[in-house]
Amino acid sequence: MYVMEVLLGITGKDFTIIAASKAAMRGASILKVNDDKTRPLNKHTLMAYSGEAGDTVQFAEYVQANVQLYSMRNSTDLTPYETASFVRSELAKSLRSRSPYTVNLLLGGYDPIKDQPQLYWIDYLASCANVPYAAHGYAQYYCLSILDKHHHPDISFEQGMKILRMCTDELKRRLPIDFKGVIVKVVTKDGVREEPYEDDKQVLAP
Amino acid sequence: MSRRYDSRTTIFSPEGRLYQVEYALEAISHAGTALGILATDGIVLAAERKVTSKLLEQDTSAEKLYILNDNMITAVAGMTADANILINYARQAAQRYLLTYNADIPCEQLVRRLCDLKQGYTQHGGLRPFGVSFIYAGWDNQRQFQLYQSNPSGNYTGWKATSVGANNASAQSLLKQDYNEECNLKQACELAVKVLSKTMDSTKLSSEKIEFATVGRTEKGTIYHHLWSPDEIDALLKEHGLAKQDEEPEPSSGGDPAAGVAVH
Repeated sequence: MYVMEVLLGITGKDFTIIAASKAAMRGASILKVNDDKTRPLNKHTLMAYSGEAGDTVQFAEYVQANVQLYSMRNSTDLTPYETASFVRSELAKSLRSRSPYTVNLLLGGYDPIKDQPQLYWIDYLASCANVPYAAHGYAQYYCLSILDKHHHPDISFEQGMKILRMCTDELKRRLPIDFKGVIVKVVTKDGVREEPYEDDKQVLAP
Repeated sequence: MSRRYDSRTTIFSPEGRLYQVEYALEAISHAGTALGILATDGIVLAAERKVTSKLLEQDTSAEKLYILNDNMITAVAGMTADANILINYARQAAQRYLLTYNADIPCEQLVRRLCDLKQGYTQHGGLRPFGVSFIYAGWDNQRQFQLYQSNPSGNYTGWKATSVGANNASAQSLLKQDYNEECNLKQACELAVKVLSKTMDSTKLSSEKIEFATVGRTEKGTIYHHLWSPDEIDALLKEHGLAKQDEEPEPSSGGDPAAGVAVH
Protein backbone atom coordinates (compact mmCIF):
# COMPACT_ATOMS: atom_id res chain seq x y z
CA MET A 1 0.00 0.00 0.00
CA TYR A 2 2.32 2.68 -1.18
CA VAL A 3 -0.20 5.48 -0.71
CA MET A 4 0.51 4.95 2.98
CA GLU A 5 4.14 5.90 2.44
CA VAL A 6 4.93 9.47 3.41
CA LEU A 7 6.99 11.84 1.24
CA LEU A 8 7.15 15.51 2.19
CA GLY A 9 9.08 18.41 0.72
CA ILE A 10 9.37 22.00 1.93
CA THR A 11 11.44 24.81 0.41
CA GLY A 12 12.45 27.98 2.20
CA LYS A 13 14.75 30.95 1.82
CA ASP A 14 17.96 28.96 1.21
CA PHE A 15 17.12 25.28 1.72
CA THR A 16 14.93 22.37 0.70
CA ILE A 17 13.76 19.87 3.33
CA ILE A 18 12.83 16.35 2.24
CA ALA A 19 11.18 13.91 4.66
CA ALA A 20 10.38 10.25 3.92
CA SER A 21 8.70 7.66 6.15
CA LYS A 22 10.94 4.93 7.56
CA ALA A 23 8.55 1.95 7.34
CA ALA A 24 9.06 -0.61 4.56
CA MET A 25 5.73 -2.35 4.15
CA ARG A 26 4.44 -5.37 2.31
CA GLY A 27 0.75 -6.19 2.56
CA ALA A 28 -0.29 -5.88 6.20
CA SER A 29 3.26 -6.25 7.54
CA ILE A 30 6.03 -3.86 8.34
CA LEU A 31 9.31 -5.40 7.23
CA LYS A 32 11.75 -2.68 8.25
CA VAL A 33 11.60 0.37 10.46
CA ASN A 34 14.61 2.36 9.30
CA ASP A 35 14.19 2.31 5.54
CA ASP A 36 15.79 5.23 3.70
CA LYS A 37 13.66 6.15 0.67
CA THR A 38 16.06 8.79 -0.63
CA ARG A 39 19.04 8.85 -2.99
CA PRO A 40 21.51 11.70 -3.46
CA LEU A 41 21.94 12.29 -7.21
CA ASN A 42 24.73 14.84 -7.10
CA LYS A 43 26.03 17.49 -4.73
CA HIS A 44 22.89 19.61 -4.91
CA THR A 45 20.09 17.20 -5.74
CA LEU A 46 18.25 14.65 -3.61
CA MET A 47 15.50 12.33 -4.75
CA ALA A 48 12.89 10.71 -2.51
CA TYR A 49 10.74 7.91 -3.85
CA SER A 50 7.67 5.83 -3.03
CA GLY A 51 5.73 3.25 -4.99
CA GLU A 52 5.81 -0.39 -6.02
CA ALA A 53 8.51 -2.20 -4.03
CA GLY A 54 11.34 -3.12 -6.40
CA ASP A 55 10.40 -0.54 -9.01
CA THR A 56 11.39 2.24 -6.65
CA VAL A 57 14.96 1.25 -5.93
CA GLN A 58 15.55 0.05 -9.48
CA PHE A 59 14.42 3.34 -10.97
CA ALA A 60 16.14 5.49 -8.36
CA GLU A 61 19.47 3.73 -8.90
CA TYR A 62 19.09 4.03 -12.67
CA VAL A 63 18.57 7.77 -12.38
CA GLN A 64 21.34 8.13 -9.82
CA ALA A 65 23.80 6.26 -12.06
CA ASN A 66 22.95 8.40 -15.08
CA VAL A 67 23.19 11.69 -13.22
CA GLN A 68 26.54 10.67 -11.76
CA LEU A 69 27.79 9.57 -15.18
CA TYR A 70 26.89 13.00 -16.51
CA SER A 71 28.93 14.65 -13.76
CA MET A 72 31.95 12.47 -14.50
CA ARG A 73 31.80 12.93 -18.26
CA ASN A 74 31.24 16.66 -18.27
CA SER A 75 32.94 17.69 -15.01
CA THR A 76 29.87 19.74 -14.19
CA ASP A 77 26.63 18.79 -12.44
CA LEU A 78 23.14 18.78 -13.88
CA THR A 79 21.04 21.50 -12.29
CA PRO A 80 17.94 20.39 -10.33
CA TYR A 81 15.82 21.63 -13.24
CA GLU A 82 17.73 19.57 -15.81
CA THR A 83 17.64 16.55 -13.49
CA ALA A 84 13.88 16.86 -13.05
CA SER A 85 13.44 17.11 -16.83
CA PHE A 86 15.59 14.03 -17.31
CA VAL A 87 13.66 12.03 -14.70
CA ARG A 88 10.36 13.12 -16.19
CA SER A 89 11.38 12.08 -19.68
CA GLU A 90 12.55 8.67 -18.39
CA LEU A 91 9.23 8.15 -16.60
CA ALA A 92 7.31 9.22 -19.69
CA LYS A 93 9.25 6.67 -21.75
CA SER A 94 8.62 4.01 -19.12
CA LEU A 95 4.90 4.79 -18.92
CA ARG A 96 4.51 4.01 -22.62
CA SER A 97 6.49 0.79 -22.45
CA ARG A 98 5.26 -2.73 -21.80
CA SER A 99 6.26 -2.64 -18.11
CA PRO A 100 6.08 0.87 -16.70
CA TYR A 101 7.64 1.87 -13.39
CA THR A 102 5.16 2.69 -10.65
CA VAL A 103 7.21 5.28 -8.83
CA ASN A 104 6.35 8.64 -7.32
CA LEU A 105 9.12 11.10 -6.60
CA LEU A 106 10.07 14.30 -4.91
CA LEU A 107 13.18 15.94 -6.23
CA GLY A 108 14.68 18.44 -3.85
CA GLY A 109 17.66 20.54 -4.75
CA TYR A 110 19.53 23.77 -4.64
CA ASP A 111 20.51 25.59 -7.83
CA PRO A 112 23.97 27.06 -7.17
CA ILE A 113 23.87 29.28 -10.28
CA LYS A 114 20.47 30.86 -9.64
CA ASP A 115 21.12 30.62 -5.88
CA GLN A 116 17.66 29.20 -5.26
CA PRO A 117 16.17 26.16 -3.54
CA GLN A 118 14.10 23.96 -5.83
CA LEU A 119 11.48 21.27 -5.36
CA TYR A 120 9.85 19.14 -8.05
CA TRP A 121 6.80 16.94 -7.59
CA ILE A 122 6.83 14.04 -10.04
CA ASP A 123 4.43 11.11 -10.21
CA TYR A 124 4.36 7.76 -12.06
CA LEU A 125 2.27 9.30 -14.88
CA ALA A 126 5.26 11.57 -15.57
CA SER A 127 3.62 14.75 -14.33
CA CYS A 128 6.26 17.18 -13.17
CA ALA A 129 5.67 20.41 -11.27
CA ASN A 130 7.99 22.91 -9.67
CA VAL A 131 6.39 23.64 -6.29
CA PRO A 132 7.21 25.43 -3.02
CA TYR A 133 6.07 22.43 -0.91
CA ALA A 134 4.81 18.98 -1.79
CA ALA A 135 3.53 15.63 -0.54
CA HIS A 136 2.80 12.22 -2.03
CA GLY A 137 0.21 9.59 -1.06
CA TYR A 138 -2.34 9.97 1.72
CA ALA A 139 -0.01 12.44 3.39
CA GLN A 140 -1.24 14.98 0.85
CA TYR A 141 -4.71 15.00 2.43
CA TYR A 142 -3.35 15.86 5.84
CA CYS A 143 -0.34 18.01 5.09
CA LEU A 144 -1.18 20.26 2.16
CA SER A 145 -3.71 22.20 4.22
CA ILE A 146 -1.14 22.76 6.97
CA LEU A 147 1.46 23.83 4.42
CA ASP A 148 -1.06 26.10 2.67
CA LYS A 149 -1.66 27.86 5.93
CA HIS A 150 1.89 28.14 7.30
CA HIS A 151 4.30 28.10 4.37
CA HIS A 152 5.95 31.23 3.03
CA PRO A 153 8.64 31.36 0.29
CA ASP A 154 11.29 32.93 2.53
CA ILE A 155 10.88 31.06 5.78
CA SER A 156 14.04 30.26 7.73
CA PHE A 157 15.27 26.70 8.21
CA GLU A 158 14.00 26.66 11.83
CA GLN A 159 10.53 27.71 10.70
CA GLY A 160 10.65 25.03 7.99
CA MET A 161 11.43 22.37 10.58
CA LYS A 162 8.62 23.67 12.77
CA ILE A 163 6.14 23.29 9.89
CA LEU A 164 7.49 19.81 9.18
CA ARG A 165 6.87 18.90 12.83
CA MET A 166 3.27 20.08 12.52
CA CYS A 167 2.89 17.85 9.46
CA THR A 168 4.38 14.71 11.00
CA ASP A 169 2.35 15.22 14.19
CA GLU A 170 -0.82 15.44 12.16
CA LEU A 171 0.13 12.32 10.21
CA LYS A 172 0.72 10.40 13.44
CA ARG A 173 -2.62 11.61 14.69
CA ARG A 174 -4.64 10.76 11.58
CA LEU A 175 -2.99 8.04 9.48
CA PRO A 176 -4.49 4.62 10.35
CA ILE A 177 -1.12 2.87 10.39
CA ASP A 178 2.22 3.57 11.99
CA PHE A 179 4.72 4.78 9.37
CA LYS A 180 7.59 4.59 11.88
CA GLY A 181 8.55 8.24 11.74
CA VAL A 182 10.52 10.04 9.03
CA ILE A 183 14.09 10.45 7.81
CA VAL A 184 14.78 14.14 7.19
CA LYS A 185 17.35 15.42 4.72
CA VAL A 186 18.21 18.98 3.84
CA VAL A 187 19.73 20.43 0.66
CA THR A 188 21.49 23.79 0.89
CA LYS A 189 24.21 25.53 -1.12
CA ASP A 190 26.72 23.38 0.81
CA GLY A 191 25.14 20.11 -0.32
CA VAL A 192 22.93 17.38 1.12
CA ARG A 193 22.89 16.51 4.82
CA GLU A 194 20.78 14.41 7.14
CA GLU A 195 18.97 16.25 9.89
CA PRO A 196 18.41 14.41 13.19
CA TYR A 197 14.68 14.15 13.81
CA GLU A 198 12.89 13.19 17.04
CA ASP A 199 10.28 10.49 16.39
CA ASP A 200 9.54 8.87 19.78
CA LYS A 201 7.10 11.36 21.18
CA GLN A 202 3.56 10.03 21.34
CA VAL A 203 0.91 12.11 19.61
CA LEU A 204 -2.64 11.43 20.72
CA ALA A 205 -5.67 11.72 18.54
CA PRO A 206 -8.24 14.17 19.87
CA MET B 1 58.01 5.10 -49.73
CA SER B 2 55.88 7.61 -47.97
CA ARG B 3 52.96 6.62 -50.23
CA ARG B 4 52.43 3.62 -47.95
CA TYR B 5 51.43 5.92 -45.13
CA ASP B 6 49.59 8.48 -47.23
CA SER B 7 46.83 6.22 -48.44
CA ARG B 8 45.45 5.34 -45.04
CA THR B 9 44.29 7.95 -42.54
CA THR B 10 44.62 5.61 -39.63
CA ILE B 11 48.25 4.66 -39.89
CA PHE B 12 51.16 6.54 -38.37
CA SER B 13 54.13 7.32 -40.57
CA PRO B 14 57.58 6.30 -39.26
CA GLU B 15 58.00 9.86 -37.94
CA GLY B 16 54.78 9.41 -35.95
CA ARG B 17 52.56 11.61 -38.09
CA LEU B 18 49.16 11.16 -39.64
CA TYR B 19 49.57 12.49 -43.15
CA GLN B 20 45.88 12.64 -44.08
CA VAL B 21 45.19 14.85 -41.09
CA GLU B 22 48.05 17.11 -42.04
CA TYR B 23 46.81 17.30 -45.62
CA ALA B 24 43.38 18.25 -44.34
CA LEU B 25 44.94 21.03 -42.27
CA GLU B 26 46.83 22.14 -45.34
CA ALA B 27 43.62 22.23 -47.40
CA ILE B 28 42.03 24.43 -44.73
CA SER B 29 44.93 26.87 -44.77
CA HIS B 30 43.94 27.69 -48.35
CA ALA B 31 40.29 28.27 -47.53
CA GLY B 32 38.80 31.70 -46.88
CA THR B 33 39.74 33.24 -43.55
CA ALA B 34 37.31 33.05 -40.66
CA LEU B 35 37.80 34.77 -37.33
CA GLY B 36 36.09 35.18 -34.01
CA ILE B 37 36.47 37.81 -31.29
CA LEU B 38 35.16 37.59 -27.75
CA ALA B 39 33.84 40.83 -26.23
CA THR B 40 32.47 41.54 -22.78
CA ASP B 41 28.87 41.64 -24.01
CA GLY B 42 28.99 39.26 -26.95
CA ILE B 43 30.97 37.58 -29.69
CA VAL B 44 31.52 38.41 -33.33
CA LEU B 45 32.32 35.95 -36.10
CA ALA B 46 33.49 37.13 -39.50
CA ALA B 47 34.50 35.19 -42.58
CA GLU B 48 35.79 35.69 -46.07
CA ARG B 49 33.64 34.37 -48.92
CA LYS B 50 35.55 32.78 -51.75
CA VAL B 51 32.65 32.29 -54.13
CA THR B 52 31.62 35.69 -55.36
CA SER B 53 29.59 36.50 -58.41
CA LYS B 54 27.14 39.14 -59.45
CA LEU B 55 24.72 36.31 -60.23
CA LEU B 56 24.96 34.72 -56.77
CA GLU B 57 21.83 34.97 -54.66
CA GLN B 58 23.28 36.31 -51.45
CA ASP B 59 20.43 35.75 -49.01
CA THR B 60 20.01 32.06 -49.75
CA SER B 61 23.58 30.90 -49.80
CA ALA B 62 25.45 31.24 -46.58
CA GLU B 63 28.85 29.80 -47.23
CA LYS B 64 30.63 30.09 -43.93
CA LEU B 65 28.36 31.01 -41.02
CA TYR B 66 25.75 28.70 -39.55
CA ILE B 67 23.39 28.58 -36.58
CA LEU B 68 23.79 25.51 -34.37
CA ASN B 69 21.06 26.19 -31.81
CA ASP B 70 19.42 29.06 -29.93
CA ASN B 71 22.65 30.22 -28.34
CA MET B 72 25.43 29.01 -30.57
CA ILE B 73 26.73 29.80 -34.04
CA THR B 74 29.74 28.62 -35.99
CA ALA B 75 32.11 29.77 -38.72
CA VAL B 76 33.55 27.27 -41.18
CA ALA B 77 36.90 27.14 -42.92
CA GLY B 78 37.51 24.31 -45.34
CA MET B 79 35.24 22.08 -47.36
CA THR B 80 31.70 23.36 -47.03
CA ALA B 81 30.24 20.02 -48.05
CA ASP B 82 32.02 18.28 -45.16
CA ALA B 83 30.95 21.07 -42.85
CA ASN B 84 27.29 20.51 -43.70
CA ILE B 85 27.50 16.93 -42.42
CA LEU B 86 29.06 18.05 -39.15
CA ILE B 87 26.66 20.95 -38.69
CA ASN B 88 23.71 18.68 -39.20
CA TYR B 89 25.18 16.32 -36.61
CA ALA B 90 25.73 19.17 -34.16
CA ARG B 91 22.19 20.47 -34.60
CA GLN B 92 20.79 17.02 -33.90
CA ALA B 93 22.98 16.60 -30.83
CA ALA B 94 21.86 19.98 -29.50
CA GLN B 95 18.18 19.17 -30.01
CA ARG B 96 18.58 15.74 -28.44
CA TYR B 97 20.05 17.34 -25.35
CA LEU B 98 17.22 19.85 -25.27
CA LEU B 99 14.71 17.01 -25.44
CA THR B 100 16.14 15.04 -22.51
CA TYR B 101 17.21 17.85 -20.21
CA ASN B 102 14.86 20.64 -21.30
CA ALA B 103 17.81 23.04 -21.31
CA ASP B 104 20.28 24.17 -23.95
CA ILE B 105 23.44 22.11 -24.25
CA PRO B 106 26.51 23.71 -22.65
CA CYS B 107 28.80 25.09 -25.37
CA GLU B 108 31.83 23.01 -24.56
CA GLN B 109 29.78 19.83 -24.57
CA LEU B 110 28.50 20.46 -28.08
CA VAL B 111 32.00 21.28 -29.29
CA ARG B 112 33.26 18.06 -27.75
CA ARG B 113 30.51 16.00 -29.41
CA LEU B 114 31.62 17.26 -32.80
CA CYS B 115 35.28 16.73 -32.01
CA ASP B 116 34.62 13.15 -30.90
CA LEU B 117 33.13 12.52 -34.33
CA LYS B 118 36.03 14.22 -36.09
CA GLN B 119 38.54 12.24 -34.02
CA GLY B 120 36.87 8.98 -35.07
CA TYR B 121 37.85 9.63 -38.65
CA THR B 122 41.52 9.90 -37.72
CA GLN B 123 41.54 6.48 -36.11
CA HIS B 124 38.94 4.13 -37.58
CA GLY B 125 38.47 2.61 -40.97
CA GLY B 126 40.46 4.02 -43.86
CA LEU B 127 38.18 6.99 -44.39
CA ARG B 128 39.08 10.57 -45.15
CA PRO B 129 39.00 12.97 -42.20
CA PHE B 130 36.61 15.93 -42.32
CA GLY B 131 38.37 18.79 -44.07
CA VAL B 132 37.00 21.55 -41.86
CA SER B 133 37.99 23.75 -38.98
CA PHE B 134 35.30 25.52 -37.00
CA ILE B 135 35.13 28.60 -34.85
CA TYR B 136 32.24 28.36 -32.41
CA ALA B 137 30.63 31.29 -30.64
CA GLY B 138 28.11 30.65 -27.90
CA TRP B 139 26.70 31.36 -24.51
CA ASP B 140 25.71 29.18 -21.56
CA ASN B 141 24.87 30.12 -18.01
CA GLN B 142 27.83 28.27 -16.57
CA ARG B 143 30.59 30.06 -18.48
CA GLN B 144 28.78 32.94 -20.20
CA PHE B 145 30.15 33.94 -23.63
CA GLN B 146 32.63 31.48 -25.07
CA LEU B 147 34.72 31.11 -28.21
CA TYR B 148 36.14 27.77 -29.36
CA GLN B 149 38.08 26.48 -32.31
CA SER B 150 38.37 22.92 -33.62
CA ASN B 151 40.31 21.23 -36.44
CA PRO B 152 40.25 17.95 -38.41
CA SER B 153 42.31 16.09 -35.82
CA GLY B 154 39.48 16.44 -33.29
CA ASN B 155 41.31 18.82 -30.99
CA TYR B 156 39.51 21.85 -29.65
CA THR B 157 40.63 24.92 -27.72
CA GLY B 158 39.00 27.96 -26.12
CA TRP B 159 40.04 31.47 -27.21
CA LYS B 160 39.52 35.20 -26.65
CA ALA B 161 40.18 35.88 -30.32
CA THR B 162 41.20 33.45 -33.01
CA SER B 163 41.21 32.77 -36.72
CA VAL B 164 41.39 29.87 -39.17
CA GLY B 165 41.93 29.55 -42.91
CA ALA B 166 44.18 31.44 -45.29
CA ASN B 167 46.55 33.92 -43.70
CA ASN B 168 45.46 32.83 -40.25
CA ALA B 169 48.95 33.41 -38.88
CA SER B 170 48.95 37.09 -39.83
CA ALA B 171 45.32 37.47 -38.72
CA GLN B 172 46.25 35.92 -35.40
CA SER B 173 49.16 38.28 -34.87
CA LEU B 174 46.99 41.28 -35.77
CA LEU B 175 44.40 40.13 -33.26
CA LYS B 176 47.10 39.64 -30.65
CA GLN B 177 48.30 43.18 -31.23
CA ASP B 178 44.97 44.96 -31.18
CA TYR B 179 42.76 42.80 -28.94
CA ASN B 180 41.53 44.43 -25.79
CA GLU B 181 39.96 42.27 -23.08
CA GLU B 182 37.56 45.00 -22.03
CA CYS B 183 36.25 45.68 -25.53
CA ASN B 184 32.52 45.67 -26.22
CA LEU B 185 30.76 44.01 -29.13
CA LYS B 186 30.84 47.15 -31.27
CA GLN B 187 34.59 47.52 -30.86
CA ALA B 188 35.03 43.82 -31.56
CA CYS B 189 33.12 44.20 -34.85
CA GLU B 190 35.38 47.08 -35.78
CA LEU B 191 38.49 45.01 -35.03
CA ALA B 192 37.04 42.10 -37.04
CA VAL B 193 36.62 44.14 -40.26
CA LYS B 194 40.00 45.79 -39.75
CA VAL B 195 41.76 42.44 -39.50
CA LEU B 196 39.82 40.96 -42.41
CA SER B 197 40.61 43.95 -44.62
CA LYS B 198 44.31 43.46 -43.94
CA THR B 199 44.44 39.70 -44.39
CA MET B 200 42.23 39.38 -47.45
CA ASP B 201 43.75 39.65 -50.91
CA SER B 202 41.34 42.26 -52.21
CA THR B 203 41.98 45.75 -50.96
CA LYS B 204 38.37 46.90 -50.67
CA LEU B 205 35.72 44.87 -48.94
CA SER B 206 32.03 44.49 -49.69
CA SER B 207 29.13 42.45 -48.43
CA GLU B 208 29.69 40.08 -51.32
CA LYS B 209 33.08 39.13 -50.00
CA ILE B 210 32.47 38.72 -46.30
CA GLU B 211 29.94 37.23 -43.92
CA PHE B 212 29.28 38.54 -40.44
CA ALA B 213 27.46 37.24 -37.37
CA THR B 214 27.13 38.18 -33.73
CA VAL B 215 25.99 36.57 -30.50
CA GLY B 216 24.90 38.99 -27.83
CA ARG B 217 22.46 39.90 -25.12
CA THR B 218 19.29 41.93 -25.63
CA GLU B 219 18.28 44.69 -23.26
CA LYS B 220 15.95 42.22 -21.54
CA GLY B 221 18.91 39.95 -20.88
CA THR B 222 18.02 37.16 -23.30
CA ILE B 223 20.65 35.78 -25.67
CA TYR B 224 20.34 36.39 -29.38
CA HIS B 225 22.35 35.42 -32.43
CA HIS B 226 22.22 37.28 -35.66
CA LEU B 227 23.57 36.58 -39.14
CA TRP B 228 24.05 39.99 -40.72
CA SER B 229 22.29 40.97 -43.91
CA PRO B 230 24.34 42.43 -46.82
CA ASP B 231 22.97 45.90 -46.00
CA GLU B 232 24.15 45.71 -42.41
CA ILE B 233 27.61 44.56 -43.49
CA ASP B 234 27.89 47.38 -46.01
CA ALA B 235 26.84 49.87 -43.37
CA LEU B 236 29.56 48.60 -41.03
CA LEU B 237 32.20 48.75 -43.78
CA LYS B 238 31.14 52.26 -44.70
CA GLU B 239 31.33 53.35 -41.07
CA HIS B 240 34.94 52.25 -40.92
CA GLY B 241 35.90 53.48 -44.37
CA LEU B 242 36.52 50.03 -45.79
CA ALA B 243 33.72 49.94 -48.35
CA LYS B 244 34.24 49.62 -52.10
CA GLN B 245 35.64 52.65 -53.89
CA ASP B 246 32.61 53.40 -56.07
CA GLU B 247 30.45 53.77 -52.98
CA GLU B 248 32.79 56.16 -51.26
CA PRO B 249 32.25 59.75 -52.36
CA GLU B 250 33.24 61.32 -49.04
CA PRO B 251 36.69 60.22 -47.82
CA SER B 252 36.40 62.08 -44.50
CA SER B 253 35.27 59.19 -42.29
CA GLY B 254 38.14 56.99 -43.42
CA GLY B 255 41.12 57.78 -41.26
CA ASP B 256 40.29 58.18 -37.62
CA PRO B 257 38.54 54.91 -36.66
CA ALA B 258 41.71 53.04 -37.61
CA ALA B 259 43.61 54.98 -34.99
CA GLY B 260 40.77 54.51 -32.52
CA VAL B 261 40.92 50.75 -32.26
CA ALA B 262 44.62 50.50 -31.60
CA VAL B 263 44.40 52.87 -28.68
CA HIS B 264 41.33 51.29 -27.12
